[in-house]
Amino acid sequence: MTRHYSVFSLFKEGLRGQKGWQQAWRSPQPKPRYDILIIGGGGHGLATAYYLAKTHNIRNIAIIEKGWLGGGNTGRNTTVVRSNYFFPESTALYEMALKLYEGLGRDLNYNIMLSQRGIITLAHSEAEMEMAARTVNAMQINGTDAELFGIDDVRRVLPLLNVSPQARYPVFGGVWQGRAGTARHDAVAWGYARAADRLGVDIIQSCEVEDFLIEGGRCRGVRTSRGEIRAERTGMVVAGHSSHLATKAGFRLPITSYALQACVSEPIKPVLDTVVLSPGTGTYASQSDKGEMVVGGALDRVPSYGQRGNLPVLEEVVSGLLEMFPSFRQLRLMRQWAGIVDVTPDSSPILGESPLPGLFLNCGWGTGGFKAIPAGGTLLAHLLATGKHHDVSRPFDLDRFSRGRLIDEAAGSGIAH
Amino acid sequence: MQLFPCPFCGPRSESEFHFGGDAGNHRPEGFRTVTDGEWTAYLYERNNPRGAANEIWMHMTCGEIFRMERDTVHHRVAQSFALGEGDGHDGMAY
Repeated sequence: MTRHYSVFSLFKEGLRGQKGWQQAWRSPQPKPRYDILIIGGGGHGLATAYYLAKTHNIRNIAIIEKGWLGGGNTGRNTTVVRSNYFFPESTALYEMALKLYEGLGRDLNYNIMLSQRGIITLAHSEAEMEMAARTVNAMQINGTDAELFGIDDVRRVLPLLNVSPQARYPVFGGVWQGRAGTARHDAVAWGYARAADRLGVDIIQSCEVEDFLIEGGRCRGVRTSRGEIRAERTGMVVAGHSSHLATKAGFRLPITSYALQACVSEPIKPVLDTVVLSPGTGTYASQSDKGEMVVGGALDRVPSYGQRGNLPVLEEVVSGLLEMFPSFRQLRLMRQWAGIVDVTPDSSPILGESPLPGLFLNCGWGTGGFKAIPAGGTLLAHLLATGKHHDVSRPFDLDRFSRGRLIDEAAGSGIAH
Repeated sequence: MQLFPCPFCGPRSESEFHFGGDAGNHRPEGFRTVTDGEWTAYLYERNNPRGAANEIWMHMTCGEIFRMERDTVHHRVAQSFALGEGDGHDGMAY
């Protein structure tokens, strides 16, 4: 059986009619007891299991997923990876993720199709240019790459952009992060799943949590649609459904769940080789390797668990795209969808032990979870293995809300909501 | 486009409304005796239910604040109410 992916394996299998490939991961029956249990088989959950096995050498681990791997927000995002945040705590977190993404294909032996094509966040006025300069300074001081772009630089990277002074949102320049880009979202989930499975992690799909097993005031595992599964420590990595499970565990979270939409156009020849975000129109876009324009924007303003998205926001996003690129007017939309995102008051994630001892949280990523997958996995793995915070995750503990130490990226980096 | 029922104006487009938080999230009384935990619960913790929800909304067009019961999965609205005597504080964290 061929396990390793390489050009030689491909050649060898080519001679054998591609019949010798081993399946990427097993589908085991759940065991009654594990050392560590992870709820949620999205990118963060799979990455957590992988780093637990690889870095901390804990192999008796299971991931339970109510649907299928990467079927939630991991498969619904717009695949952008970047670390252009404002506060030092955030840069440490998202830069950890971006650095891990840079070596992830080799680490997992799986092509995640990372394309560091750069992201430009546009500035639409002189005042916004001053804020852009502030952001660039903060990013450089915090140790990540950033460049202040003037209008000529923007024209160079976005030849199709409407930069007319008569535009609804005239363009003055923007913040450029060259190491940002896109990665294939499904490949990130599948790559982590395959690598974790090879280290002995049980990945159990179609297994929904019904309740927590709470004994002596501690979380001892969960009752699922496929029976009881016990574990010393449990990690909850369920994004938009965090509040729903937290209720079962007996606590509330500073989270509101909203639908975040995205859509793709029909595929066209290459016209956009970077990621562009306009805070003015509230729209961002990139072009996929297949040629589709991948378009996203702000949250629906109605709290929701329905993975559909509403029309007013879709209209805003699409009209924003046409403001920026009038030539896209002739494109037809091919698909539209939504994921349920877990928005915190400061738009920063929550990492740490929950109010129920033995249950650990990785949630609150809101609109930006995909870019953070390798870091979220690394940090939750550290928490689950050691019971203690990593230096990078400490500021993101749930206690920041009672201590008044919010990391307000909603204001700092101007995330659109 | 969904229509939400404003108790004062009738059914109006969802884009005219602003979400104001959980109904019944009253500001803790007794400024100096309120614990950190109570402030945190009031300011930050949310019910965020999957399914039946009981929420405060503002109809921005008429400026009225009211209570709405709806479902967060299929978005069907059960009913909306003008805030009555028993509702106390409107629950919005200003």
